[in-house]
Amino acid sequence: MSDLKFEDCLARLEQIVTALEAGNLPLEESLKVFEEGVSLARQCSKYLDDAERRIEMLVKDESGATTTKPLTWEEEER
Amino acid sequence: MSTPAGSRSERTIWSVSELSRRLAAALEERFPTVWVEGEISNFKVYGSGHAYFTLKDEGAQIRAVLFRNRMRRIRFEPADGLHVLAFGAIEIYPQRGEYQLVVELLEPRGLGALQLAFEQLKERLGREGLFDQTRKRGLPRFPRKIGIVTSPRGAALHDMLRVIGRRFGEIHVVVAPARVQGEGAAAEVAQGIRELNALGGVDVIIVGRGGGSLEDLWAFNDEMLARTIAASKIPVISAVGHEVDFTIADFVADVRAATPSQAAELVVREKRAVAESVADLQRRLVRAISRRLQTQRDRLDAVRERRVLTDPHRPLRDLTRRLDDAAARLFRAARASVRHAAHGLQLATRDLRARNPAVRTRDDRRRLDDLTGRLDRALARGLDRRRHRLVGVAGRLDSLSPLAVLGRGYSLTLTASGQIVRSAGQVAVGDDVAVMLHEGRLEARVTGRKEHDERPQV
Repeated sequence: MSDLKFEDCLARLEQIVTALEAGNLPLEESLKVFEEGVSLARQCSKYLDDAERRIEMLVKDESGATTTKPLTWEEEER
Repeated sequence: MSTPAGSRSERTIWSVSELSRRLAAALEERFPTVWVEGEISNFKVYGSGHAYFTLKDEGAQIRAVLFRNRMRRIRFEPADGLHVLAFGAIEIYPQRGEYQLVVELLEPRGLGALQLAFEQLKERLGREGLFDQTRKRGLPRFPRKIGIVTSPRGAALHDMLRVIGRRFGEIHVVVAPARVQGEGAAAEVAQGIRELNALGGVDVIIVGRGGGSLEDLWAFNDEMLARTIAASKIPVISAVGHEVDFTIADFVADVRAATPSQAAELVVREKRAVAESVADLQRRLVRAISRRLQTQRDRLDAVRERRVLTDPHRPLRDLTRRLDDAAARLFRAARASVRHAAHGLQLATRDLRARNPAVRTRDDRRRLDDLTGRLDRALARGLDRRRHRLVGVAGRLDSLSPLAVLGRGYSLTLTASGQIVRSAGQVAVGDDVAVMLHEGRLEARVTGRKEHDERPQV
């Protein structure tokens, strides 16, 4: 998913929540959009979480090319 | 004695060379080094790299030379009209009968040398348009990979990683190590920016270091570094020193952060805000559907009671079945949705936990899990209770129904005018009556009657 698709996803989710909160939808429709909303919220969360937490440092290998190696770093606040 | 020093007979005649040599010796002895203050004029750099100029004040002037190897140590750009303090030695040029100041150090008066150099570079790059707002790029909303150019051992890196880790864990950070002060630091920082550009996938670059003296921060006032920042394809945030420290890098960067921590905060701020709003939407979604279902249940209750009371002949079992079906469908659909959501959230939560997510996110998820669970249980309880009530009421209504009584073998007798016959006295022999049975009716005529009857004792 791209940022753009994410925006669409989020906009649709907002629309669904607003519609459900207004309470004007027929029941069947409510349940349908609720399920859609749950799925969208899951997609949105996944997209945001979809980056690895990694800390690396640029280093030069023997041939002088740039590469990366993990950087150990301890977070003291937990 | 009336004669001035050196009588005619004893007068000494110097050669020009000799006099010059003696003057030079005297001058050098008398003025081995001097500090002199004046204004620069006729400043000119020759092909050799040496610079020649005149130092002057209102009453006098003196020639000065700044050799190329000394020029490198001077951090501002000498120019005509600048008021300076020069340090050096007086030297005689016997061939031309001139003396000049050989300058070792040159400092601007008024502003400090570094300050002046800063102002000069700032003005020049500003004129070139390097600081124009139109050149500034926005920061990515959802960065996945952040490049940081700084000292791997500095407090700045530590601060930035702490903010990124605390605010939003799921970000990939690539550190380009560079010295951030001293000779060669500017070149290393510029190299780091180029390497992060070449690496690919980096969404934003933070260039910075912690606080220090003007000298310490000097690398970030380097012209070549400024041009490298301007040429970066990836947006650059400068985060040099403290709030009050401004460097050329700050002016040319796309965004200036007051401190390294603030730079890190800027990078993750929006992503965190969006993540929070997604969590909020999830909560509202669940709340809205549970309210909607409640409304529907209330309406079903109302419909059921109204129909039954106003129309007792309507087949009750049919209505009951329809209500049961609707309630069960509602229940199943809601349950499935909630299960679906809860399952997804459990997976996501487990996943997040495995990757050591921010505590805050975990709490949000837990609350959502809790909410979905409660919704689930509330739905189950509410629907079951109502269904039982409905079945009970339906059964009672059924037993009271006249149709049910007829089903047990009783019948109703009606007069020709449609009145129910409750007593033999209501009809006369020969009257036509109708007898309603459980199934069908009979047309009958009264052939005899008894006012009293021996009925079985109950």
